[in-house]
Amino acid sequence: MNNRRYAYYSGCSLESTAREYNESLKEVFRLLNIEIKEPEDWSCCGSSPAHTVDPLLACALGARNLALVEKMGLDVVIAPCPSCFTVLKRAHLKMKKDPEVRKKVNEVIDEPYNLKVSPKSALQILYEDVPPEKISEMVVYEIPELKVAPYYGCIVTRPPEVAEFDDAENPISMDRILESAGIEVCDFPFKTECCGAAFGIAKKEIVNRLSYKVIQMAKDSGANCIAVCCPLCQQNLDLRQGQINRLMGTNFQIPVLYFSQLLGLVFGISPKRLGIDKLVVDASWITRSMRKAEKKVGNKEKEPEAEEE
Amino acid sequence: MKVINITKEFDSKFIEQVAKESGENPYLCYQCGNCTAGCPFTEFFDYPVSQIMRLLQQGQKETILRSKAIWLCATCETCTTRCPCQIDVAQIMDTLRVIARRENYVSEKEIKLFFDTFLESLKKHGRVFELGILLAYNLKSGKIFTDVDLGPKVLLKGKIHLLPTKIKGQEKVESIFRKLAERVSGNE
Repeated sequence: MNNRRYAYYSGCSLESTAREYNESLKEVFRLLNIEIKEPEDWSCCGSSPAHTVDPLLACALGARNLALVEKMGLDVVIAPCPSCFTVLKRAHLKMKKDPEVRKKVNEVIDEPYNLKVSPKSALQILYEDVPPEKISEMVVYEIPELKVAPYYGCIVTRPPEVAEFDDAENPISMDRILESAGIEVCDFPFKTECCGAAFGIAKKEIVNRLSYKVIQMAKDSGANCIAVCCPLCQQNLDLRQGQINRLMGTNFQIPVLYFSQLLGLVFGISPKRLGIDKLVVDASWITRSMRKAEKKVGNKEKEPEAEEE
Repeated sequence: MKVINITKEFDSKFIEQVAKESGENPYLCYQCGNCTAGCPFTEFFDYPVSQIMRLLQQGQKETILRSKAIWLCATCETCTTRCPCQIDVAQIMDTLRVIARRENYVSEKEIKLFFDTFLESLKKHGRVFELGILLAYNLKSGKIFTDVDLGPKVLLKGKIHLLPTKIKGQEKVESIFRKLAERVSGNE
């Protein structure tokens, strides 16, 4: 079994508005024997605002946390929030590429960062470090009525030079992970379209209009649920779905779940522990339509027959 | 239609400054328009991103720094990913916004206020305190009812903290801000 240890940088969102992402990921990691440890006293990565003020500030806020991970003696840090991920990864890459930046940043943070940490998204860990058969083996429930639009958002795979993961235009990692878990995904053309990102408070209408397009496309693609890997996407599509309906005259009622919540459900973890009740758009029909899986999840059906012989 | 007199307003130093600060070469752009075609925000921009690139090549500092586009860019990285000349277009937009802020051109006050409020929270606690950011933003912007419809939803679900979490190393985070500010004032 996979028994690697990783540092885990949850980030501010996963402590509050995205706590169900945090809780469900931890449950899924536990079942898959992925051992995680949080760096002590981590600080905020600065997210979008920091780089709009000073690129060195963004780098330093990221590097401070990378230095904390380095001190733990771990070489990979999981950053489930794509905004945190991109800040940490950019800080790492910039300091690696430019000794001048490294010097300047290390002068302003309390402990120097020595480039020994590789930041990865939760999606990347579950796609690259966990064999799909492992995921299939864990499945105990199926949800036949469910059809999911896998929505990746902007920066988990973009730009490719920073993300170094999956395909920037047509990512497939979440598709494959969910399929391995027996969950049906649809062809979704807006996998990487922008939901409006961090402008929800300052420019609500823009965000509502962009998120509307994503939800409408999910609906047009035949999906009855959207799976996400980003707290901001989730918030814009779920928490703001009522605002979207009022602005656009729509009547969307599409649950927006973190992909880890969907995995947790079919792995048999209780909906309560996965924070399904924390979602704003009601997702209870999903849990109601769950039923015991007949052992045929995954692409291969060979196993049961081989055993019966 | 607005007419821009490109010879009168040409500022070559501005092009050099943006090139240096962004680490990108704006002259590589041949105006294919791929960035604008993919830009999700283009319908809200006053100048599409490809026109910002062209204005930059023409040294049109005033027009660029007064534009709304540089503030509305969400750094979604579509332009950067699709540029056939491998220009990091989103980085150039970011650099333009950094310069605009430094030189007090702020065409989107609400966006700047949101960013400032976010960073104030970060500096004060070491982590961001979402409820505090929203309340401070609403007070300072005068738009006190921003997102009040969402309040009951997040509060009832227990998704938002009522009090900030202050980390032990808060002063270490604050000193990053201080040292960088000193560096800027020391250099200029």
